Amino acid sequence: MANLSSDFIGIKSPNPFWLASAPPTDKQYNVERAFEAGWGGVVWKTLGAEGPPVVNVNGPRYGAVWGADRRLLGLNNIELITDRPLEVNLREIKAVKRKWRDRALVISLMVPCDEDSWKDILHRIEDTEADGVELNFGCPHGMAERGMGSAVGQVPEYIEMVTRWVKQHSRMPCIVKLTPNITDIRKPAEAARRGGADAVSLINTINSITSVNLDDFSPEPMIDGKGTHGGYCGPAVKPIALNMVAEIARSPETRGLPISGIGGVTTWRDAAEFLALGAGNVQVCTAAMTYGFKIVQEMISGLSQYLDDKQIGLSDLVGRAVPNVTDWQYLNLNYVTKARIDQDACIKCGRCYAACEDTSHQAIAMSADRTFTVKDEECVACNLCVNVCPVENCITMVPLPKGAVDPRTGRKVGDYANWTTHPNNPSAQAAE
Amino acid sequence: MSNSPLTPGIVPGRLQAEAYARNFADHEPPLDRHEARVAADRCYFCHDAPCIAACPTSIDIPLFIRQIATGTPEAAATTIWSQNILGGICARVCPTETLCEEACVREAAEGKPVEIGRLQRYATDVAMARGLHPFTRGAPTGKRVAVVGAGPAGLACAHRLAMHGHDVVVFERRPKAGGLNEYGIASYKATGGFAQKEVDWLLSIGGIELRCGVELGRDVTLSQLEAEYDAVFLGIGLAGVNALRAPGEDKAGVRDAVDFIAELRQTADLATLPIGRDVVVIGGGMTAVDAAVQSKLLGAENVTIVYRRGQEKMSASAYEQDHATSVGVRIICNAMPVAIHGNGAVREVELAYTVETPEGLKPTGETFRLKADQVFKAIGQTLAGAPEGLAVAGGKFAGPAGRVWVGGDCAAGGEDLTVTAVAEGRDAAEAIHQRLTGA
Repeated sequence: MANLSSDFIGIKSPNPFWLASAPPTDKQYNVERAFEAGWGGVVWKTLGAEGPPVVNVNGPRYGAVWGADRRLLGLNNIELITDRPLEVNLREIKAVKRKWRDRALVISLMVPCDEDSWKDILHRIEDTEADGVELNFGCPHGMAERGMGSAVGQVPEYIEMVTRWVKQHSRMPCIVKLTPNITDIRKPAEAARRGGADAVSLINTINSITSVNLDDFSPEPMIDGKGTHGGYCGPAVKPIALNMVAEIARSPETRGLPISGIGGVTTWRDAAEFLALGAGNVQVCTAAMTYGFKIVQEMISGLSQYLDDKQIGLSDLVGRAVPNVTDWQYLNLNYVTKARIDQDACIKCGRCYAACEDTSHQAIAMSADRTFTVKDEECVACNLCVNVCPVENCITMVPLPKGAVDPRTGRKVGDYANWTTHPNNPSAQAAE
Repeated sequence: MSNSPLTPGIVPGRLQAEAYARNFADHEPPLDRHEARVAADRCYFCHDAPCIAACPTSIDIPLFIRQIATGTPEAAATTIWSQNILGGICARVCPTETLCEEACVREAAEGKPVEIGRLQRYATDVAMARGLHPFTRGAPTGKRVAVVGAGPAGLACAHRLAMHGHDVVVFERRPKAGGLNEYGIASYKATGGFAQKEVDWLLSIGGIELRCGVELGRDVTLSQLEAEYDAVFLGIGLAGVNALRAPGEDKAGVRDAVDFIAELRQTADLATLPIGRDVVVIGGGMTAVDAAVQSKLLGAENVTIVYRRGQEKMSASAYEQDHATSVGVRIICNAMPVAIHGNGAVREVELAYTVETPEGLKPTGETFRLKADQVFKAIGQTLAGAPEGLAVAGGKFAGPAGRVWVGGDCAAGGEDLTVTAVAEGRDAAEAIHQRLTGA
C-alpha cells in the first residue's frame, strides 16, 4: 500500500484528501465524523469577524443539476459563511485539533477589507493551534455584495494587499482561495504570490443559476418566489477547475506556487488528475455532501493502488502532467489519426453516424445491415464519434505512421510541425 | 367452498378468495414516474433505430422515450398513438422480447434491452388517465365504410378512417368489442377491464358506430355490405379451431383453449370458474401458455403443456415459457397425443414421443400417459365463416379485392399478433381513404 502521507506547505496530513471549507466543516461534530471516516484534513468553514454572526436564508439554500437516475452532477448554494458565534467555532477548533493531532486543520477566514479586521481575527485564532489559514476570496454570493469574498478575489490588488496583511500579522501558513469568476485565473494567483501567500487553493464556486422553475418562473432554489445566483460546484465544474489549476501550474509567473486543488473531486481518479496537473493536495465538498464522509476510503484505496501500479510515490505524481499542457500553437499538426470502429464491439446504435453525418464531416458510412465504417478520406479525426459512442473503446483514434499518406489530404505524414511555422500563419517564422 | 387443488375433477373454488386476487393481479406492475425516467434514460436515441424497424406499427420509439425522459409522457403517448392507436394494449401484450426489445442495441450490448413495452404502457396510461385523446375526426367526406370485426385490426382501421372523416360502422359478432384483447389474452396482462376502457377511449373520436351481436354470414352478408357501403374492411380473425385428430377428442373435459380463455376473461368471480386437478394443454403457442398458466393460477394441481416438436420450435417466446414454468407449469416437448382415454370423461391422455426426420415429424414408437381430467386444445386457429368470392391462400385472405380490404389474423402476411393486426388495419384504412378520395 502506497504511503499517502502529505506535506502541503509544511502542513502534514496522513493523506492528501481534505474537506473544503463548506457546510461539512462547520462544527466539531461533523469534523470529528470526517476524521473518524479517514479524511486527512479539513478547512474549517469560513469564520467572520467578531460580532453578531451572519444569518442564512430559512428556505432552500441548495439547487441541483441531475443526470440519469438523479445522479447529482452539479450543486449550487446560497449559503453564507458560518452563522455560529465566533467563540463557539474557536472553542471547537481548539478541541478538535487537540484530539486529532495528526490531521490537518486549516481555518478559512473572511472579514471586511481593512487591516484592523484582519489583524483582529488573526489574533483571535492564534490560540487554536490550527495549522494554517485559508483566505476566502472566492465566495460569489451574498458576502460579495458586502465587499467580501469574490468581491476581493476579483481585484488582484486587494488580494495582494490582504495577503500581505495576513503574512505580516500571523506566522501561520497562508492559503489564498481563488474565485473562478474572473477572466484570467493567473492574475489573482500572481497577486497572491506577490502578497506572500504560501499557496493558492482553487476553484471556489462558479456563479450560477441551476434551473428555472417553469411554473413559478423563478430561479432555483426559490425563496418565496425569488431566487439569486449561487455558487456552482460538484462533478460538473471539474473540467473548469482542472484548467485553472493547470494554468497556474504552468505559468512562468506562478510556477512552483503550491496549489490545493478543488472542484468536483468525487473519486480517487479525480484527485489523481488534479495532482497530476500540479495540485499538492485536494479539497472535497460536494462528493461528501452527496454520499457522506465514507467516500474518502475509496479515494485512499484507489489512489494507493494507482501509485502502487505505477510504482511511484505521491510526490512523483504531483505536477507530472504539467509539462504536457501547452498552447494550441504548439500542438503537432502532423499528428494524423483516423477513427477505427471495432466491428465486434459495435452494437449498431448509429450514434456515431448521426453525429458525424449531421454535425461533422460525413466520414462514417452506414450499410443496409447497419455496419458502420469510417471513410478515411473524409475523417478529420475530430473524436466526436468516440465521444458519443456508448461502448467504451469501440471507436478509437489510430495514428497514421510517419510517411503514410493521409487519404483526406493526399499528403504524407511528416515530422513534428506546428502552427508557428505553418504557411497559412501570417506571422509564421521560417523554420531554422 | 371446500375444494382444494387436490379435489378430483373439474371444480370451482380450489383457492381462497385472496389467492385469486393475487394470482390474477397485474402481471407486470406499471412503472412509476421515477422508474420510468430511469428506464427512459437508458435509451441511446439510436440513429434509424432498430427497434422502430422491429415494431410492426413502426412506432418512433426513441422519440417517445425521450419525451418520457424529459417529463412529457403525454407527448410520448401521442407519438405512440400516431402509429398504433392500440398502443396501450400492445404495451401489455406484445411479445416485446421478440420485437422491439430484441432489436434494442442494449440487448446486444448487455443482454438488457431498454424496457420499451413498460415505457409505452407508462406513457399511454398517464395520457389516458388524463383523458387525453389527441386526435379529432376529420371533416366529413360523406363516405361510409363497413368494418367487420371489432378486434385490433378493425378498431385500428375504424379509428384511422374516422380521422380521415369517413363514417364507420363496425360489426362485431360477440357482445363486446375488443376481439382477442377482450376474449383472448391472459387476464393478468390486461387487468382492470383495460381492453374495454381502451375501446371506449378509441371510439371517443366519434364517427364510429359499433354494432355488436352481428355476425357476417348469419346476420349480414358481404354483398349486402358492399352494396350499402363505399368500402368494406374484414378483420374477422380466426374463429375456427384445429382438431387434435386423436380418438377420444369428443370426451367430456376436452375443450378448445380459446373458449376456456374467453370464458375466464368474461368471468367476474374467478372462484366460480371450474378447473381440473390435472390439466393437459396441447400446443406450443401463446394460447397454450395462457391457458396453462391460468389453469395453474386457478388452482389446478398439475398443469402440463405438451408440444409435438422441440422446445426451440415453440412459437411461445422463451419469456412466455419461463413464465409458465415459473408458476409451476411443466413443459413436455417432442410428444404428440395419440388418444384420449376415459369413460365418458377424460381420465388420461396417451402421448407418443416424436422425432424430427427429413420426411417430417414421426412417432418414435414409445408412448406414455398423463393423468388428466381436463384437456385444452391449443393447436392453432383457422379462418372460419369466410364469405364467398374472396381469394384464400394458405388458410387466410390473400389480400384486398375490389372494395373489400382485409387485415389482422384472417389476412395473409405478418405474424398473428395484436400489433400486426393494428398495423394492417391502419394501413388498410389509409388505402381505403386513398381510394375513396383520391388523396
